[in-house]
Amino acid sequence: MKIRVDPDKCQGHARCYGLAPELFEVDDYGLSTVVGDGSVPPELEDRARLAIANCPEFAIEEV
Amino acid sequence: MRRTAPVSQWGSDFDVLDAKYVADPFLIWDQLRTTCPIAHTNRRGSTWLPTRYEDVTAIAHDIEHFSSLEVAVIPFEGEEPEEPVLPYGLPPISADPPLHTWTRRLLLPWFSHNRVESYEAMTRGLCSGLIDGFIADGRADAASDYAQQIPVRVIAHILGVSPDLSDTFTGWVRDVLEFADDHDRRVNAVQGLLEYFIEEVAKRRAEPGDDLLSELLRTEVDGAPIEDSLVLGAAALVLIAGVDTTWSAIGSSLWHLATHPADRKRMVEDPEVMSLAVEELLRAYSPVTMARIVTTDVEYAGCPMKAGDKILMNFPAANRDPEVFEDADEVILDRAHNRHVAFGSGIHRCAGSNLARMELRVALEEWLRRIPEFALAEGEEVTWAGGQVRGPRLLPVVF
Ligand code: HEM
Ligand code: SF4
Repeated sequence: MKIRVDPDKCQGHARCYGLAPELFEVDDYGLSTVVGDGSVPPELEDRARLAIANCPEFAIEEV
Repeated sequence: MRRTAPVSQWGSDFDVLDAKYVADPFLIWDQLRTTCPIAHTNRRGSTWLPTRYEDVTAIAHDIEHFSSLEVAVIPFEGEEPEEPVLPYGLPPISADPPLHTWTRRLLLPWFSHNRVESYEAMTRGLCSGLIDGFIADGRADAASDYAQQIPVRVIAHILGVSPDLSDTFTGWVRDVLEFADDHDRRVNAVQGLLEYFIEEVAKRRAEPGDDLLSELLRTEVDGAPIEDSLVLGAAALVLIAGVDTTWSAIGSSLWHLATHPADRKRMVEDPEVMSLAVEELLRAYSPVTMARIVTTDVEYAGCPMKAGDKILMNFPAANRDPEVFEDADEVILDRAHNRHVAFGSGIHRCAGSNLARMELRVALEEWLRRIPEFALAEGEEVTWAGGQVRGPRLLPVVF
């Protein structure tokens, strides 16, 4: 599984980081980016899906 | 005190200050969503009230038609001064891009994840100290003795102003938001707040510190210092936006736990559920409604909106939309799919959301650690404030 954050949609709610800090980084202005190239280790796939389902801006997607 | 005539037609003549709406808006929203999803009223000017998630978030994203130049739910009635102290209001909340964009960027780092972590120990000590003050009594007012006392002191710390003035700050914020339909109270509070910050700004200029006010005074934009009116506006905004809102969230959450023993037990026994529970309580009891002003005549979802009309950004009702949330009117502490918009949606997403979440979590953790069993005091009244910010103002509990 691989994910990405759309920087045009992300508004910095930080729900992704709260749910899966291993997969996301949030900068000082709230913008979230995926850690590394966005590849999700199998044991974190459930949490990646949770992050996708909780982002209020629909900014996270599976690629 | 009844301040307005009672409402009988919610679809065409609603009033968010109606006693029924303040006490229990949930059923009203559920009815409106199915019968008239964007309600209208002419009370206090032509105003629309969307209740569906889809509409609220779409309007929040359409900044071209829906401007933030007026975000007060209760409009200000009376003469505006000819030379206002704050010609731009309280940016970023009362601004559209481009002013919004750069003023927001000035504030965001103060409420980043890392910064907020650095305020956590102080917040925990504060909560614990408040509980020390009443735990031996076996009773307390969870709103006025606890919830109300927390955010104002955290904000005072960040602004670098005296926590001894907390009651004064709280009074001003309540007069601006909760008693906004009382013209004199509102005017006096705004004046008090501005005079206070004008003096603080002068002090910081003479003797800078490492607080938010001093930092704003040091900041240059395009090679020039920021205008004083913008520094004042930002300071006033952080106080107004960060106090009533967060204490209302803490108070509503404690009200829920006082009235739902199974949820209270679960949170005590399973501390792991805390982070999801915080989001769920924010969803179910979202405290904040904002406003927008229509920029040009537009028909939205069949509603003929006119330039100058107001839209109430009903984030609380959006968060109870059954189209988006299963069993929307139920609190499910570990709700897994929770795209709530308690902190707004789009470019005005609450700049203090990390701070608010931390305060809510720490306030609940400390309370539940020291007072795992509590209930409403029988025969005593719980009172709610509504309008722009909804939450309990009196919440007597026994333990
Ligand atoms: C549970 C507590 C809180 C809730 C529910 C809340 C809610 C909101 C909402 C819904 C907005 C969006 C406004 C809009 O769309 O017009 C907002 C904006 C804002 N909030 Fe909060 N807020 C809370 C706590 C705080 C705190 C603690 C601060 C601390 C400084 C804060 C500062 C701000 C600021 C500066 C904005 C303006 C952002 C912008 O316009 O870009 N809020 N808040
Ligand atoms: S939850 Fe969505 S909007 Fe929020 S920081 Fe993550 S990606 Fe951005």
